[in-house]
Amino acid sequence: MADGPTVLDEIELDALTELVNIGVSRAAVSLREMVGGQQVMLSVPNVVLVSRPEAVDLLGRQETNRLVAVHQVFEGDITGRALLIFPEANSLELVRAVTGGELSLEDIIELEQEALAETGNVILNGCLATIANMLRRRLKMSLPEVLRGRGPEFFELAPPPAAGDVVLFLYINFAVHDRDIRGYIAMLMDMPSLSALQQLLREFIERETGQPALRPDADA
Amino acid sequence: MAHKVLIVDDSKLARMSVAKSLNNLRPDWTRIEATNAEEALALARQSGVDIALLDFNMPGRDGLSLAADIRALDPRIAVALVSANVQQEILDRASAVGATFLAKPLTEALIGAFLEDAEARLKAAGR
Repeated sequence: MADGPTVLDEIELDALTELVNIGVSRAAVSLREMVGGQQVMLSVPNVVLVSRPEAVDLLGRQETNRLVAVHQVFEGDITGRALLIFPEANSLELVRAVTGGELSLEDIIELEQEALAETGNVILNGCLATIANMLRRRLKMSLPEVLRGRGPEFFELAPPPAAGDVVLFLYINFAVHDRDIRGYIAMLMDMPSLSALQQLLREFIERETGQPALRPDADA
Repeated sequence: MAHKVLIVDDSKLARMSVAKSLNNLRPDWTRIEATNAEEALALARQSGVDIALLDFNMPGRDGLSLAADIRALDPRIAVALVSANVQQEILDRASAVGATFLAKPLTEALIGAFLEDAEARLKAAGR
């Protein structure tokens, strides 16, 4: 991402990826409970910092069909939005999985919005709470909201994005065993929040390694 | 007795964190590090290790598949699988390949307990 914002250095991005990995792994354990004990598979997370247009482009290249996003605002030292995004075609399957498969299609459709919101809530909260704990900060989460669209809508929510906003785009594929369910997680934050996150990451790196993070050596 | 420990994780930070704990707990032991399964296996074959701490979720082959290969190389090697993903299938598979499951985020106490257990098993196996 040569023209994207490259604010975090290699070890900071590494630390963030590791935090996301732990957060999502824990969230997967909760999702597993929700879908009746079916194993939830996770890909290795890929964390990139991109501008909003780049995030729309990235998502557009992976997904051409309509999408559903469960969206929550988080507030604290870092303020931003977290989104759980998946193909709209998976939506009823996810609802069927979390409601146990005993319901009629009519009931499933009626419950869809609520079940999606709750699933998103469990995954996003589980992920963000773990990250906040490891950074020793508290984040307040809003109630989940369900959005539908093709991607651009998710990254341009009111209030209008400030210039220079970045999207922390976490590609992590989650898939539920034996079900056609998969999705991504994205986080949006502005530059001041990204600077605050960078500071918290440096403190975290220092605690974890016992070494100051300001001048990390550059090997891979 | 001083042992050789292999740390495998794609995250440099995670490796540094384990290295810090090992250095506090067993400063006289040797540490070697790898970022993926292939590199880890090559190192284990080449230089021989006594203890291995393997991350589960890595690009390429995962830590469970690596654990099986390391145990096949030498069943005396004490292997830990490290992950925040505490789903039953993963715990079961870790136990099936003879690896100890350690939950992330790792603490020094957790690593210390594993090392003590590993030392006892290595001693019993004559290493």
